[in-house]
Amino acid sequence: MTFKQMFTSSVGKKLVMAFTGIFLVLFLVVHASLNACIWAMDGGVIFNKAAHFMGSFVVPRILEIGLFLGIFLHIIQGYMLTLENRGKRKVGYEVNYSKGSKWYSRSMAILGTILLMFFIIHWKHFWVPSRITGVAEMDLGNGFIVHNLFGVMQDTFQNVWVVLFYVISCISLGYHLAHGFQSAFKTIGVHNKRYHTMISSIGYGFAIIIPLAFALMPISFYLHWVK
Amino acid sequence: MLDAKIPSGNLDDKWVDYKGHCKLVNPANKRKMEVIIVGTGLAGASAAASMAELGYKVKAFCFQDSPRRAHSIAAQGGINAAKNYQNDGDSVFRLFYDTIKGGDYRSREANVHRLAEVSTNIIDQCVAQGVPFAREYGGLLSNRSFGGTQVQRTFYAAGQTGQQLLIGAYQALERQVALGNVTMHTRHEMQDIVKIDGKAKGIIARNLITGELEKHFGHAVLICSGGYGNVYYLSTNAMGSNVTAAWKAHKQGAYFANPCFTQIHPTCIPVSGDHQSKLTLMSESLRNDGRIWVPKNLGETRKANDIPEADRDYFLERRYPAFGNLVPRDVASRAAKERCDANYGVGTSKQAVYLDYAAAIERYGKIEVSKQGLSDVSTEQIIALGKEVVKEKYGNLFNMYSKITGENPYEVPMRIYPAVHYTMGGLWVDYELQTTVPGLYALGEANFSDHGANRLGASALMQGLADGYFVAPYTVGNNLADDIYNAAIPTTHSAFEEATQKVAERIASLKNINGKQSAESFHKRLGKIIWNECGMSRTAAGLKQAIADVQALKKEFWSDLRIPGEINEYNPELDKANRVADFIELGELMCVDALAREESCGGHFREEYQTPEGEALRDDENYMYVAAWENKGAHEWELHKEALKYEVIKPSQRNYK
Amino acid sequence: MSQNTMNLKVKVWRQKNANAQGAFVTYDVAGISDEMSFLEMMDILNERLITEGGDPVAFDHDCREGICGMCSMYINGKPHGPWQANTTCQLHMRAFKDGETIVIEPWRANSFPIVKDLTVDRSAFDRIIQAGGYISVNTGNAVDGNSLPIEKQNADEAFAAAMCIGCGACVAACKNSSAMLFLSAKVSHLALLPQGAPERKSRVLKMVAQMDKEGFGSCTNTGACEATCPKEISIANIARLNNEYLGASLTAQ
Repeated sequence: MTFKQMFTSSVGKKLVMAFTGIFLVLFLVVHASLNACIWAMDGGVIFNKAAHFMGSFVVPRILEIGLFLGIFLHIIQGYMLTLENRGKRKVGYEVNYSKGSKWYSRSMAILGTILLMFFIIHWKHFWVPSRITGVAEMDLGNGFIVHNLFGVMQDTFQNVWVVLFYVISCISLGYHLAHGFQSAFKTIGVHNKRYHTMISSIGYGFAIIIPLAFALMPISFYLHWVK
Repeated sequence: MLDAKIPSGNLDDKWVDYKGHCKLVNPANKRKMEVIIVGTGLAGASAAASMAELGYKVKAFCFQDSPRRAHSIAAQGGINAAKNYQNDGDSVFRLFYDTIKGGDYRSREANVHRLAEVSTNIIDQCVAQGVPFAREYGGLLSNRSFGGTQVQRTFYAAGQTGQQLLIGAYQALERQVALGNVTMHTRHEMQDIVKIDGKAKGIIARNLITGELEKHFGHAVLICSGGYGNVYYLSTNAMGSNVTAAWKAHKQGAYFANPCFTQIHPTCIPVSGDHQSKLTLMSESLRNDGRIWVPKNLGETRKANDIPEADRDYFLERRYPAFGNLVPRDVASRAAKERCDANYGVGTSKQAVYLDYAAAIERYGKIEVSKQGLSDVSTEQIIALGKEVVKEKYGNLFNMYSKITGENPYEVPMRIYPAVHYTMGGLWVDYELQTTVPGLYALGEANFSDHGANRLGASALMQGLADGYFVAPYTVGNNLADDIYNAAIPTTHSAFEEATQKVAERIASLKNINGKQSAESFHKRLGKIIWNECGMSRTAAGLKQAIADVQALKKEFWSDLRIPGEINEYNPELDKANRVADFIELGELMCVDALAREESCGGHFREEYQTPEGEALRDDENYMYVAAWENKGAHEWELHKEALKYEVIKPSQRNYK
Repeated sequence: MSQNTMNLKVKVWRQKNANAQGAFVTYDVAGISDEMSFLEMMDILNERLITEGGDPVAFDHDCREGICGMCSMYINGKPHGPWQANTTCQLHMRAFKDGETIVIEPWRANSFPIVKDLTVDRSAFDRIIQAGGYISVNTGNAVDGNSLPIEKQNADEAFAAAMCIGCGACVAACKNSSAMLFLSAKVSHLALLPQGAPERKSRVLKMVAQMDKEGFGSCTNTGACEATCPKEISIANIARLNNEYLGASLTAQ
């Protein structure tokens, strides 16, 4: 058996989704914790420092490459699987079976598509200026100059439509995670009832807390809770 | 007199000696030998797998869409084996003795002893295949008791033992399919046996999807097509279970033995109306813990739970104190019928008795209380705990009951009534399971061999697997050893052509009747005739009337049948009509046999022959034989007798008191 | 028990054969008792169609006691109809109301081609079993049944998985037409028992490969299969299958 065979079987393809998914979940933890620095109420000093660290230190930069690979793999594989699975039933039902499963577990592709649109806009808002087109800088004294991403956030989230779009995306993320988190662990083989119950609970908690934290960021700027 | 070719010697040594001396086929020659197996239930699937493992080229046929669906799957309670794991005094001899006695001394000693001998190998084989039998906490196999025995020798997998055993045999079969040793023909039905020079050399099968007739050659043909209980229309058999393969064999010269020996199972869900298409069995294992009763007073109107203990008649415990609710099936069924006929029946139809779990629930509840070391428990708690135990043991059966009746059996007693369940009669076979047609064998329920006039619970699975795994591979080989010089006969041989022609003509003539009535409606009417006159009790006058009625029904069938659709397409109605035509002919033979047997024994109860207490009265002097019927044309049969010689067991009147 | 009768409309998928164009046809069925089983209602409809000179509705059924796995109707948007842990043959007319229209469709999946009307071809399941759903032990090779004690919990779990009746409701219910519940039930049954250990790795790899070859979809853990399974086979079996697959594919040569 080759690795290619291993990852191209129906179970293998799901393993790819699960591994990349869990990797992205980890990324969300890092991303959310760093961003939580905006609530330090120091005009963005700590937040900008943290962002500078992530942008200039070599380890996070290498991880970033992994992150992009993971995201693309997750997206491409996700779409391919959805299309493939749809093709397995050429003639559909008159009445669909909807009671046996949660709507969001059947709608991962739609939720994922909303998230993809979000990523594109989100990258345009922050990643592109920070990495390519440049942003205003902040002097933290002693010649320590960093990108003022805090300022970019403040500006970006003055637009009510942007805030609304971010909030909707966070809700999509919540539902995507509500299914994806525990599903990923099932796919990698957690079948022990005790652990599975634990992971499911953590998953639901994660699916609420992380998206809520993210959603509060644009809201906080828009309502001037942080300055 | 028929010769069963029973090996000489001590009963204990017959099978061992036979195996030691039977002829063998060397592996290179086995590859050239083709074996046809019709039916893939426990007997067929196990035979197909075992013969293929030996190296024979096997072709297996089933009418279902997969071998896993055969009706063996519905067996609930368990499988007997003389393992004596419970240290309660079981042995090969005791299983042998119980089976002979349970069968009311109408079975062949040598066959039954062989069955008891291989019973232990079956359990080992099934465990090795991964059959998940119930186990105790120590990890060892668990046993339960069953009717007609006083030891615990029944192995089980909840209420789905047949399913688990069949899946085991099915997997073994599919493994051989994957290895290329078995060619599996699903949705195929055997239409006739092809004989060349008096020997069975193949079959004509109909592809049920396309309607095409196919010719298949085999050095031997094994009929493993199950029983004919569906002749009664209402039975616990599957809708598709049929006698066609066995009946075609019969018409080609195989004698049909003891057709009137049918088993009426005491614990089934009663008929609810004329729409009823089949009856559902509630496993005999329920009689382990349940108590059967009817009201003591005529015209009782109270609900079951409101009838006090003093007004209940636990008629099995009253009549048979030693075995109580665990008397054999024929005895329990007749006792229930007797009470209902005397107007003590319950439910709207008054054709039912109660099977009550209240006492068992309380008993188990109390055991749980002491197991869990609880104190100060209320009656409700005891009952709740007891229900949990009963649920674990019989949950699936209770669920089934509540789905069908809409009642909750944990709260109110179940209503049960006897129903047709199994047929002890079948194709006559000798010790080697060969019919009177050389090269044609019958295994499992399709043959008559091991159960006499009444089968004990948990013995059908045992017999099916014994025949398939451990008997046929030896005995068929013994005969095939002489056949190694005979190459396969091409199916272009004229015998195949003629047989195909004959089958095609029959199907066309059925289709061309173009009458008004469906096969189903004829089947229903046939069932009523046979149930009324050749069911739980029989009389000479009734049987004579039934023969006339069945003959008239046959005439009407062949002049007013309607089959929709075409011959060369998937046409379940055509398949059904084809089977009903054979059931009608068999129905007549059953009545002929029942009329000729002027005694009562096991499931065959002639009202004229009973003891003053209403028990079956055997006539060993005149009827201690197997009645094997030879077909002599329409409505004509010739009786051949195989005398039953009891060398080890001394027949006595069965006593379960 | 009092009997109530009702009049219903049945909207059934009719399709002459595998290649023909199919369509829904609606029939009136009158005087149905609530004590009837669903298939007895279909029998009445068919009996009428036959006497009227029509073509009866073809549907698979055999044991009519919920164990053979032959019956396969998708009723009002759920495999085997509205009841939980139930097969079509055990569904009773109590589940429906007078005047109701019942929509009956065949199992829909490319891997289950239609034979006629409501009858589908499920031979793909047999081929999945052929790929490795067994323990390779020839008749006569067995040791004493009690020489191999098996932890009761494992034996019970193996039995719970082995209860699968191979009806295909899981495939019919799954939005991906995945056969993972069926496959995982067999893999779990054999993986939980020590007898299954020698072939454990090759079994799961071969069976997954065969399932893919048959054209079933992949599992996205929605749980629809478990919710509709007449034998309540747990979806935890799928996780166990994934576990077996991961272990086997990582360590395979």
